[in-house]
Amino acid sequence: MKEFKTIAPGEELLNVENVTLRFGGVKAITDVSFNIKKGEVRAIIGPNGAGKTSMLNVINGFYHPQEGRITYRGATRSKMRPHVAAAQGIARTFQNVALFKGMTTLDNIMVGRTLKMQKPFFWHVFRHGPAMQEEIEHRKFVEEIIDFLEIEHIRKTPVGKLPYGLQKRVELGRALAMQPELLLLDEPMAGMNLEEKEDMCRFILDTKEQYGTTIALIEHDIGVVMDLSDRVCVLEYGLKIADGTPEEVKANQKVIDAYLGVAH
Amino acid sequence: MLYNILIDPFVQMGASPDLFVQTLWEGLVSGVLYALIALGFVLIFKASGVFNFAQGIMVVFAGLTLVGLHEKGVPAWIAVLLTLGVMYVLAIAVERVVLRPLVNQPDIILFMATFGLTYVLIGIGEFIFGGEPKQMITEQLFLPTGSIDVNMLGGRVTFQKLDIAAAVIASAMIIGLSLFFQYTRIGRALRAVADSHKAALSVGISLNQIWAIVWFAAGIVALITGIMWGARSEVSFGLDIIALKALPVLILGGFTSVPGAIIGGLIIGVGEKMAEFYWGPLVGGGIENWIAYVIALGFLMYRPQGLFGDKIIERI
Amino acid sequence: MFYREAGQFKKTYAADMAVFPILQDRIGLGIILFIAAVVIPLTGSTFFISSVMIPFLVFSLAAMGLNIVTGYTGLISLGSAAFMGVGAFACFKLTTSFPNVNILVWILASGFFSAVIGALFAIPSLRIKGFYLAVATLAAQFFLEWCFVRIPWLYNYSASGAIQVPQRTLFGHIITGANATPTTRYLVLLAIVVFMTWIASNILHGRVGRTFMAVRDMDIAAELMGIRLLPAKLTAFALSSFYCGVAGAVMVTLWYTGGEASDLFNIRQSFYILFMVIIGGLGSLLGCFLGSALLNIVPLVLKYGLPSIGIAIASETAEHINHLLVGALIIFILIVEPHGMARLWQITKQKLRTWPFPY
Repeated sequence: MKEFKTIAPGEELLNVENVTLRFGGVKAITDVSFNIKKGEVRAIIGPNGAGKTSMLNVINGFYHPQEGRITYRGATRSKMRPHVAAAQGIARTFQNVALFKGMTTLDNIMVGRTLKMQKPFFWHVFRHGPAMQEEIEHRKFVEEIIDFLEIEHIRKTPVGKLPYGLQKRVELGRALAMQPELLLLDEPMAGMNLEEKEDMCRFILDTKEQYGTTIALIEHDIGVVMDLSDRVCVLEYGLKIADGTPEEVKANQKVIDAYLGVAH
Repeated sequence: MLYNILIDPFVQMGASPDLFVQTLWEGLVSGVLYALIALGFVLIFKASGVFNFAQGIMVVFAGLTLVGLHEKGVPAWIAVLLTLGVMYVLAIAVERVVLRPLVNQPDIILFMATFGLTYVLIGIGEFIFGGEPKQMITEQLFLPTGSIDVNMLGGRVTFQKLDIAAAVIASAMIIGLSLFFQYTRIGRALRAVADSHKAALSVGISLNQIWAIVWFAAGIVALITGIMWGARSEVSFGLDIIALKALPVLILGGFTSVPGAIIGGLIIGVGEKMAEFYWGPLVGGGIENWIAYVIALGFLMYRPQGLFGDKIIERI
Repeated sequence: MFYREAGQFKKTYAADMAVFPILQDRIGLGIILFIAAVVIPLTGSTFFISSVMIPFLVFSLAAMGLNIVTGYTGLISLGSAAFMGVGAFACFKLTTSFPNVNILVWILASGFFSAVIGALFAIPSLRIKGFYLAVATLAAQFFLEWCFVRIPWLYNYSASGAIQVPQRTLFGHIITGANATPTTRYLVLLAIVVFMTWIASNILHGRVGRTFMAVRDMDIAAELMGIRLLPAKLTAFALSSFYCGVAGAVMVTLWYTGGEASDLFNIRQSFYILFMVIIGGLGSLLGCFLGSALLNIVPLVLKYGLPSIGIAIASETAEHINHLLVGALIIFILIVEPHGMARLWQITKQKLRTWPFPY
């Protein structure tokens, strides 16, 4: 296992270099490089099919890029299994909510604590002693998250029965339970109404403040992106077309063309 | 020991090629029958995404109905028509009673429902026609009996006429089905449904109707398989274990591919006969019962999507 | 009106995380255990104990095993009877080879043999999923079945291929073999089942159980949460086979006192156990008992119940009707409530909570 450094705020947490990802003959991502600094909110935007979700999948090891290098916390790798990424502090939420539908809100968030629970199987057989202590300890932590996200009332509801907005919130809670170093949010506000969006923005900002988590965010709502993020990376057809602060990106001619279309 | 496993069987094959051809032929014929059962699975899986565990039982059920009706004094050809009618009623009933209420449930629930169907069919069949094995009415259906002996490769190889007929009928049916899928309106609708239920609905294809048709088609395939199979051995629900052999065939061929079902069937049929004949004696015989599953399992490890399946790209 | 949780406040997380947080449930469980351990042995007839209660408990245990892998982890297994067989033969071999060790030790130990074999056959589960995996478990079923017949060492070269556990005692009481009374065997079995259920409930309510369910509900997301899929699935299969193995062991030691052939562990038995799980409720321990009870009672009612109220029915016909009913029952349950009788019971409890003023 490689050595992973602790990164000070403002330094480079993740660096993606010249990554190319192909499915058969289709190039999903072409030669994209960018970095994420510790403590910032980094947005990845772009039209549909630009390769944003694929990029997140590459970062947390679900897809393996054919070319390029990824350096995370000072260690470079080309291939990594998702559970290893999770163990090193990369958590994420999904575009189409990927909760464990048969389980309650509480259990879903408790699953996020799995990595931190290492008491041997033996104790779980009796559900006493160390196993129970551990369970209670983590339950306390989970209750804090539940409190933070204001979902106390649905604690014991199976998540399959919850409305979409709440499911997204539970999913964020599950990711937060992992106490991630880097949190990847895939369209956290898709399909929400204005009020829910405002709530979600608040949670994202609070997360950054309270836990010091670095956040990479995919979002289609440009207003939200420009308000929340420190730096924005714009993809189109798998290529990076712009990168910089929201103001810089807003002024970039290529971005305006990509979004508004251009007369050829 | 290693010699016995790795070399000796091949020496035997070379030493008596007539026996080899005979075993190969036996394997091919049982392969055709497996392929026919698998074909019924594929039809239903393609059109409704239902993994129909009951297909093997439908084969026995159809055969039993045919023989049972004949025993009760119905002339053979009318019995065939009546059995077709029964399969049609079964298709409608399955669509109404099982599929329609379960339409939006996960695949696994539908899979389990077909388990229920299996037992319902066993129950009905046994209740009406009794549990004893019956003889297939081979002659009344004008199927050839007897065998052709060919002197070749320094020995005598026996081809049952019935087996030849089975191979011919099976090929004809497969060609017919492919033409049906390719060139008729219903065939097109079936392919559309297989691709996406919702999209098919939105262009005005009636799912219920399609499902009934597909189950009926699978019923016809089952009847023909039942006749062939019954003629080779006998008709009884004891066959259901053998019918399960269609499952490794499906794994080999992929759940959605008709050519896959056929080639998979032949590979399994030949593979298990060869294994039994040449390797079976080493461990005391009887390996025919599980070797098919082991072949399929070994294959799966190497190619999880089957012989003709598309490469699976997981998305999230 | 009587089933209310109002006023029962939970002051610690431990209390909130208890398996039965509501007082009435705990009382109910106590009553059931009392009936099972005291009332039935005192009042039940020999027939009732040996033909109803003992099979019921054995199959509950087997269903629990299958439910762990199918209901909780979402992997269909069609080989549970074979794993029972592994347990049965292991127990037989162990107790005949080492007669001086207590039989209870061997019953539990045979579960470990079954667990190892189960895990071995589960290795393909990393690469294959769903229906494909179901077929892969058939390989285990048929291969093991073949071993039970073809390896004479397993049944000590007896001519009939049957296995017969010799007489063994526990605290001076005969608990296996032809001389053990049904009541003694029943009590030993009950103790084993209660203990195993308690263990299962502990495991499934904690981290391990959550891991299983996460794999079942969304395996990709589970992996991104840091759950390693292969160990999780192997654990599930091993645990499941452990339970099936113990069920097999108690089957040959405490149920079939006479020798029985190896087709006890055939594919139909596997299906039967699967049906119990489906009908009782996938992913519910209570469901294992409900499913096992129902599927054990239906054939008995057909065989003995109907004739006693004057409807003559041949035993063969009864078996045919049994098939029909079981099949219809599965379809019915799946349509009405895919989570089986256990979910129906939960809904009833929910209604009871608000009864008689539902609004």
